[in-house]
Amino acid sequence: MDFTLSKEHEMCRELFRSFAQNEVKPLAQEVDETENFPRETVEKMGKLGFLGIPIPKEYGGQGADILTYVMCVEELSKVCGTTGVIVSAHTSLCADPILTFGTEEQKQKYLPDLATGRKLGAFGLTEPGAGTDAQGQQTKAVLDGEEWVLNGSKCFITNGKEADVYIIIAVTGLIEKRGKMQKEISSFIVEKGTPGFSFGTKEKKMGIRGSSTYELIFQDCRIPKDALLGKKGEGFKIAMHTLDGGRIGIAAQALGLAEGALENTISYTQERKQFGRSISAFQNTQFQLADMATKAEAAKLLVYKAAKTKDQYQLDHKTSYSVEAAMAKLYAAEAAMEITTKAVQLHGGYGYTREYDVERMMRDAKITEIYEGTSEVQRMVISANILK
Amino acid sequence: MKIIVCIKQVPDTKGGVKFNPDGTLNRAAMLTIMNPDDKAGLEAALRLKDQYGAEVTVLTMGLPKATDVLLEAIAMGADKGVLVTDRVLGGADTWATSTTIAGAIRNMEYDLIITGRQAIDGDTAQVGPQISEHLGIPVISYAQKIEVEGDSVIVERQYDDRYHVVKAQMPCLITALGELNAPRYMTPGGIFNAVKNQADLITVWGRADLKDVDDNDLGLKGSPTQIAKASDKVRKGAGEKVTLDPAESVDYIIGKLKEKHVI
Repeated sequence: MDFTLSKEHEMCRELFRSFAQNEVKPLAQEVDETENFPRETVEKMGKLGFLGIPIPKEYGGQGADILTYVMCVEELSKVCGTTGVIVSAHTSLCADPILTFGTEEQKQKYLPDLATGRKLGAFGLTEPGAGTDAQGQQTKAVLDGEEWVLNGSKCFITNGKEADVYIIIAVTGLIEKRGKMQKEISSFIVEKGTPGFSFGTKEKKMGIRGSSTYELIFQDCRIPKDALLGKKGEGFKIAMHTLDGGRIGIAAQALGLAEGALENTISYTQERKQFGRSISAFQNTQFQLADMATKAEAAKLLVYKAAKTKDQYQLDHKTSYSVEAAMAKLYAAEAAMEITTKAVQLHGGYGYTREYDVERMMRDAKITEIYEGTSEVQRMVISANILK
Repeated sequence: MKIIVCIKQVPDTKGGVKFNPDGTLNRAAMLTIMNPDDKAGLEAALRLKDQYGAEVTVLTMGLPKATDVLLEAIAMGADKGVLVTDRVLGGADTWATSTTIAGAIRNMEYDLIITGRQAIDGDTAQVGPQISEHLGIPVISYAQKIEVEGDSVIVERQYDDRYHVVKAQMPCLITALGELNAPRYMTPGGIFNAVKNQADLITVWGRADLKDVDDNDLGLKGSPTQIAKASDKVRKGAGEKVTLDPAESVDYIIGKLKEKHVI
């Protein structure tokens, strides 16, 4: 087993690190405090291809792999969790399902703009009554002649008002499955500006405060018949597949937050003096740092393994990466929460103030245990696989 | 238009400088980067390419590891690279280096050559102008702005308190200042392309490939410069802060200058 990164991955990491340090870090605190979406940063990332890393070149992407994309989200999240999730939601939850399930026309229509950042993507599955229970969907799509008519609402949508292209999951009817009537779920591509599509309230969040999280409202929203993504009735499969990929992105975000908090804490404990010594000279600090570093490294191995497994899927369209993604997200998210909490503790009173980045990182880390499948959902996915 | 950009892999002095016992740089112990002035020169070439269309070739002389800066340059948008590397070229000072690079460039077609003003490891600012002397072409150094007009370049040449606007017919050589521009980032796709196609994109030349050069002008043997001593930059102290009214300040400053025998 070879754990060394290839030359191109090393160079990409240096690129992402340099961009994060020079362009993202200086704005991170302001983005958090003002809750302003970092549009200029997103534009810069679009021009550099960061919004189309695993999209093939023929669709305007960078033609790189999932591991490269993961390293991008990781390095951005080391300095700003908001910027990390913008890239993750756009790439994994919008561009990826179009690439995987879209018709050639849909790919040609949407991917070049998404891959170059001319358009931003989002994904709408969650509803007020349908979170972990994705089958509880209420949003409906009814075919009326050559158009689908959407009615309902979605909540907690990342990139909400800033996006231009949305993957929307909706109920298209009832079907009988194993003697029971079940909702038939389908997925659609909806463009911003479509009459009947509007935005509701903006969420006021604990963390990732610069990320635009909105309610989406559909009132007799008519979209073309060919806006259906995949086949009618494949929506649940598409949503679950999409979330499997999304979890790798969020796992990378959690990994970045953990590593960022660790780096900050290593520097701080070497500078901060108490009782005439750097606090890093105390064994308690050393042991805490050792545990934090070990967990961050373990998270990294799981996240990179999940990325490499999805890379294999990109080649053969067979390899399952669902369990690897669930394990990576579960572990990285919980490691991020634990490491950022310890980071605040090791910063003492300063860590509780907004003067220090670890305060923001701890708030940002919490969401990684919740969105794109809670830690409990990840445990369900993993246990279902080992008990089958 | 064909542009050659000379770039150098240098130690990243931000992390401090390390020396061997003999006073030469311990390059193996230091992280390396593309020399900042050279990177600005590359960016200038890439902007000319964007604006007018050009083929940009990056050229470096160094150890095989210097391939890294060629890959970086290609990932930023350069079309191809040339690495000049050979044991007999080792230990070169500015004279032997410029002789070597000119020997390589004699094999290439070009309208414009851009080098950085100077490298952060040697700070001589000699190699660019020397290359132009070897090749017998005009040089405009310290460029803070570059434009192309027909078959000429119009360059703002920086001085301490002013700049001159200088026009030269191509082929010519320009040395670029770091503040000329903000170099672009690489792109992920550019990186994958550069690494995957390295064998096609980067040509490696040795002594035998250099045209019209004398062995006596190459490597350590061809280097008239003798380094007596090398040292890291001496850091300035924190200084002394005093708060005085204007009349007292004048006396204080004059006293200090006298104390240091400045006046």
